[in-house]
Amino acid sequence: MSKIKSLDELKKIRESAEKSFNLRATSEDDDRVVLRVGMATCGIASGARETMNTLINELSKENITNVSVTQTGCMGYCEEEPIVEVIFPDKPSVVYAHVDEARAKEIVQKHLKEGILLENAIMNKSFDRVKE
Amino acid sequence: MSYSMHLLVCGGTGCQASESAKLLENLREQIKANGMEDQVQALVTGCFGFCEKGPIVKVYPDNVFYVQVTPEDAKEIVEEHVVKGRRVERLLYEEPTLEVKLAEHKQMPFYKKQYRIALRNCGFIDPENIEEYIASDGYMALGKVLTEMKPMDVVNEMKKSGLRGRGGGGFPTGMKWEFATKYDSDVKYIVCNADEGDPGAFMDRSILEGDPHSVLEAMAIAGYAIGANHGFIYIRAEYPLAIARLKIAMDQAMEYGLLGENILGTGFGFTIELKYGAGAFVCGEETALIHSIEGERGEPTTKPPFPAESGIWGKPTVVNNVETLANIPIIITKGADWFSSIGSEKSKGTKVFALAGKINNVGLVEVPMGTTLREIIFEIGGGIKNGKKFKAVQTGGPSGGCITEENLDIPIDYESLTAIGSMMGSGGMIVLDEDDCMVNIAKFYLEFTVEESCGKCTPCRIGNKRLHEILTKITEGKGTPEDLVNLNELGKIIKDTSLCGLGQTAPNPVLSTLKYFRDEYEAHVNEGKCIAGVCQAMLQYTILEEKCIGCTACAKVCPVNCIAGEPKGVHVIDQSRCIKCGACYDRCKFDAIIKK
Repeated sequence: MSKIKSLDELKKIRESAEKSFNLRATSEDDDRVVLRVGMATCGIASGARETMNTLINELSKENITNVSVTQTGCMGYCEEEPIVEVIFPDKPSVVYAHVDEARAKEIVQKHLKEGILLENAIMNKSFDRVKE
Repeated sequence: MSYSMHLLVCGGTGCQASESAKLLENLREQIKANGMEDQVQALVTGCFGFCEKGPIVKVYPDNVFYVQVTPEDAKEIVEEHVVKGRRVERLLYEEPTLEVKLAEHKQMPFYKKQYRIALRNCGFIDPENIEEYIASDGYMALGKVLTEMKPMDVVNEMKKSGLRGRGGGGFPTGMKWEFATKYDSDVKYIVCNADEGDPGAFMDRSILEGDPHSVLEAMAIAGYAIGANHGFIYIRAEYPLAIARLKIAMDQAMEYGLLGENILGTGFGFTIELKYGAGAFVCGEETALIHSIEGERGEPTTKPPFPAESGIWGKPTVVNNVETLANIPIIITKGADWFSSIGSEKSKGTKVFALAGKINNVGLVEVPMGTTLREIIFEIGGGIKNGKKFKAVQTGGPSGGCITEENLDIPIDYESLTAIGSMMGSGGMIVLDEDDCMVNIAKFYLEFTVEESCGKCTPCRIGNKRLHEILTKITEGKGTPEDLVNLNELGKIIKDTSLCGLGQTAPNPVLSTLKYFRDEYEAHVNEGKCIAGVCQAMLQYTILEEKCIGCTACAKVCPVNCIAGEPKGVHVIDQSRCIKCGACYDRCKFDAIIKK
């Protein structure tokens, strides 16, 4: 490491260091958007891990910082895996089925950036959950 | 490379004592075994404050907060949570009153009323990695100060913020700096007082362990403001982890050019040196601390001259406490107006308190000034252990006093605590319940100050010793009503005539307990009774005839064989031989033995 010689250089280091750090800062933010990837055995077998990595890479490429990509267990629709749930604060969540790498990119580009839902990929099945 | 998940493991002294280092190692091993080392990062961080439930593991981005995690739990956390996205329910915090498991720290009563400014990075960044500090705006305040502000602007900003010394005295930081600017000198010094001496207080240690760079940055800012190019951190040698983290931080800051010569190309230079204290309580007093740095005996001298005029080797010196310094960078970046909007009228910002004693949630809490003791003890602290009755809270350590139930709703700040006979001190808070004898508590604190008195001035050296003798006499059941008069009178004289803060405040625990718990003192001297059942000389253990079933357990455990009785017959204690050890009392399963 060579010495930092100006405030601008320090700011540059902050920018690059921030990338990995945003994961934590965003998590503490109440207004964050959450992308939940089904990551049970069925999900992983149908490529959920690749889907998740694609989402993360795409977000970082687009410099979108207010989104947390998290994982969850089995959602019960194993044949529809990989499943990704998009949760905007104060909005009903949207669940997408068969999210491969191409569809993952589309979710970031369309749904997150432009606010347009991917109508053909939405899973219409629904269920009630036991409230805690 | 970007990670999709971070596992933060508390690396504070408390959690490390519960094997958090081994836990971190196991987590890393498990992550590797699952082939996820490119996606999941496990790292060490500073104190989360919830020491009662340590070791803590926090999972990002899921924001899940695991408590009391053992090294053996690493496998389950990785295989279940990291790989499959399923939370490990059994490691979540369970709210005791509602009996529900809470996953996120924000839901916990312990964190709800807290506002973390000084502890902002503790439990959030890796203290051993300067880039994490920079990522959370670290050294931006120093950059701003050096490029946009004149030294006097910095002093004025501090004055405007209303920040006051967090080490105990509560002296306005900006004014302290301003005094130092008024003396022309080629050499000036900044000293960080990390000689945290109050029993039970550990906020300074936690800040240094969890966010060392914030202290280094603040010292450089202070140096720029008063025209100093060199600083000392006076730290207790008993803080090995804090020292190790500081050394790493100082090396990294030098390497990055954020300390040393010509910082950020502005021509300003600042270097820092560590000085180890041997653990004398009086060295927390600034003049004693300065003498200790000079290699002299750690004894205080009269003020004036104040260190701002004549400190280390006669040069103008500013001494600031760790917690005070940790507030400074964020005051610069967010502005004095932001800071002064928090807190009470005369005390701005927040204060970190170390909760200890008979309280459910032992740990570090940071709350805005003006929060009430009731909120701290009963909401954040979770109330008294084992459902016992609250008796008092001792604040300010050996220099402070006891606060009773009737004052629990006073919004706390420097002035209000002094008004009720205690003080802010460094923020130690020992909670006492019905089983604590107040005379004995006063004696305990005085024992500490007598031991720590440097002996230079007579009132402190001899006066406190006499106070201690009178208290010992009372707890041994030999006290007289006259002793209470003497305690009060002598205590006040010591306060008025001692040389430094140690002696001036040493009688506080006696005077405040005498004021608020006079009935207990009187019971001791008039009736020969210790209401709480603590003072052994006044205790008597007796066996209740109607409850004793003659199991012989008490007789077997008695170390002096003074309990007699046939099996299945009522037992009797021979009072003349009883040493009042309490072994029989603890042993009896039938509540047949009482002490009073």
